[in-house]
Amino acid sequence: MSPHPNTDATHATAGIRETTEGTVYDVTGGDWDEIAEAARKSDDERIIVNMGPQHPSTHGVLRLILEIDGETVTEARCGIGYLHTGIEKNLEYRTWTQGTTFVTRMDYLTPFFNEAAYCLGVERLLGIEDDVPDRAQIIRVLLMELNRLSSHCVYIATGGMELGATTVMIYGFRDRELVLDLYELITGLRMNHAFIRPGGLSQDLPPGTMDALREFVKKMRKNLTEYDKLATTNPIFKGRLQGIGHLDLAGCMALGATGPILRSTGLPYDLRKEQPYCGYETYDFEVPTEDTCDAYGRFKIRIEEMRQSLRIIEQCMERLEPGPVMVGDKKIAWPAQLALGPDGLGNSLDHIKKIMGTSMEALIHHFKLVTEGFRVPPGQAYVAVESPKGELGVHVASDGGTRPYRVHFRDPSFNNLQSMAAMCEGGQVADVIVAVASLDPVMGGVDR
Amino acid sequence: MSENGQSNGVNPDQDLQAENLPGHRGAGGEVIGVRRGMFGANDGGDTSGYGGLVRPVRLPGGSQRPYGPGPEAGWFDEVADELEGALEEQGVRPEDVIGKTVVDCGEITFHVEREELPRVARLLRDDPALRFEMCTGVSGVHYPEDQGRELHAVYHMRSFTHNRLIRLEVTAPDEDPHIPSIVETYPANDWHERETYDFFGLIFDGHPALTRIMMPDDWQGFPQRKDYPLGGIPVEYKGAQIPAPDQRRSYS
Repeated sequence: MSPHPNTDATHATAGIRETTEGTVYDVTGGDWDEIAEAARKSDDERIIVNMGPQHPSTHGVLRLILEIDGETVTEARCGIGYLHTGIEKNLEYRTWTQGTTFVTRMDYLTPFFNEAAYCLGVERLLGIEDDVPDRAQIIRVLLMELNRLSSHCVYIATGGMELGATTVMIYGFRDRELVLDLYELITGLRMNHAFIRPGGLSQDLPPGTMDALREFVKKMRKNLTEYDKLATTNPIFKGRLQGIGHLDLAGCMALGATGPILRSTGLPYDLRKEQPYCGYETYDFEVPTEDTCDAYGRFKIRIEEMRQSLRIIEQCMERLEPGPVMVGDKKIAWPAQLALGPDGLGNSLDHIKKIMGTSMEALIHHFKLVTEGFRVPPGQAYVAVESPKGELGVHVASDGGTRPYRVHFRDPSFNNLQSMAAMCEGGQVADVIVAVASLDPVMGGVDR
Repeated sequence: MSENGQSNGVNPDQDLQAENLPGHRGAGGEVIGVRRGMFGANDGGDTSGYGGLVRPVRLPGGSQRPYGPGPEAGWFDEVADELEGALEEQGVRPEDVIGKTVVDCGEITFHVEREELPRVARLLRDDPALRFEMCTGVSGVHYPEDQGRELHAVYHMRSFTHNRLIRLEVTAPDEDPHIPSIVETYPANDWHERETYDFFGLIFDGHPALTRIMMPDDWQGFPQRKDYPLGGIPVEYKGAQIPAPDQRRSYS
């Protein structure tokens, strides 16, 4: 590390500083020729490049710190935390039911998984896991599988775009839109639903859902073949993905990588099969695996998972029988009877008339449950669900109060991103993009 | 039953005499706080008659064998036996390592002495009968009223081989917030330990680079601790002032 004067290369916008780590070139809006010239003159071969946090191909506000030798990445690190919003802390100041409105915003591409995992945790602490009505569980499965489809669509779309395959991007977002239309029909919102609640669901499926679902499954099944034609068998696509982002089984287990990354090593580990929840053990579906340990294998797994999700959705549709979608316990079930009013979804006028006009006890009960919430026995629970990205674990601790004492989300993207260094070091700079895309990280979930 | 609420060997969840009212799991367990009144009004404004209500908050206490799951001995006992056996093989008395074992909500928790955490982690990963290949990370919990053990670190270990999940719980006092790192055994915990350090100030000794991960590097304080305020400003809604979330009434 010999300090060398670079006075000739100093530019108004391109600062050069000497630090204990060597020369630092600040390239913000600088003249690249001068910077490249200065770097060429320098005897320090090491170049550290910041990719992100505002780079379009780093999935949101992920910052990659790459040490580069020519085109080879010698060291790769992640800088995260740019999207930290303190959701876990905020949860501690709201009731257990209000918690769903927060957790749904964590990994914003998998809102139903966040809600379901959180609610399953609360239900375990309440000891009402077996009391949740079948219809609620089936609708949860239905929504989660729809969500798996929409999340994988975004993976395909953004992953394709990062490779320059803009057609794939258009196709992916086109199909995601079909799913979002269904969300809108069922929950009223395209994102941030807070639809799954401790004890069941916020409301039942609206009329017309079954027809829309049937049409969707038909259309989606047809559209899925287009990905095969466009990408899976495309030699350019294969050339970019095969052998990239290698991580074997030992690496996955050591680094805690789960989901398609783990399954691309050949281990058919899927929590829906291994530790079933919401009645997944009763559905007929397969867990696709590949043994290539690379980005291409992960792509193929996700495409196949979308097919399996469609199968599960069809089974859900067959099983749906009329019935309640919330536990019978009136001390837990949200008292509202929702209906669409002129200013949006809210308490039905009939319900308000009843509690305001005929039953003071019902009014008190309603008021207490809404403002105060229900109490959850002290203790802790850990519930994990198989999100499209891997094991989404929720550690819920209660002190017996009406608010969560502590909720920690073990987001799969958080763990999977850790393996970025293992996948990228020694590879090409261009392959970093492919490897990161194959992890499908969502910074909303990573940073929470 | 001891009066001070120390673990009396009865799991209130399995105690048929326990009062199974909402918010209660009987009298056993570990007291982490005391709740007074009912409506969060401490200024004498509560005229409901509930103002004098005093209830201790108890976490589930240590369990007795068989651990289960269920009423009979199951894989919880197998894991406990294997872990104890493996510790004995290393010449360590299991009772010096595992403070208590709690079975609650169908999950098993081993409360491990903090000095022994790396040894336990290594055994859990490497012993063929245990084989917990993956650690899903560490989550912190802050119990300011749990004297001498305010900071809890909670680990969940997953075994692919045996398809099992267990929980380890380690505590540290506020004055000495040190817990040995298990990154050496489970590299997956690298970021998790940084996160828990960032939010709780738990220092994981032996971690390769324990720096903040979510908050800015120069941040002061540890945001997830209970004495760290949420912050926020009151907002006006339809002419009324709505206080910031941490200033709103909480129900005790």
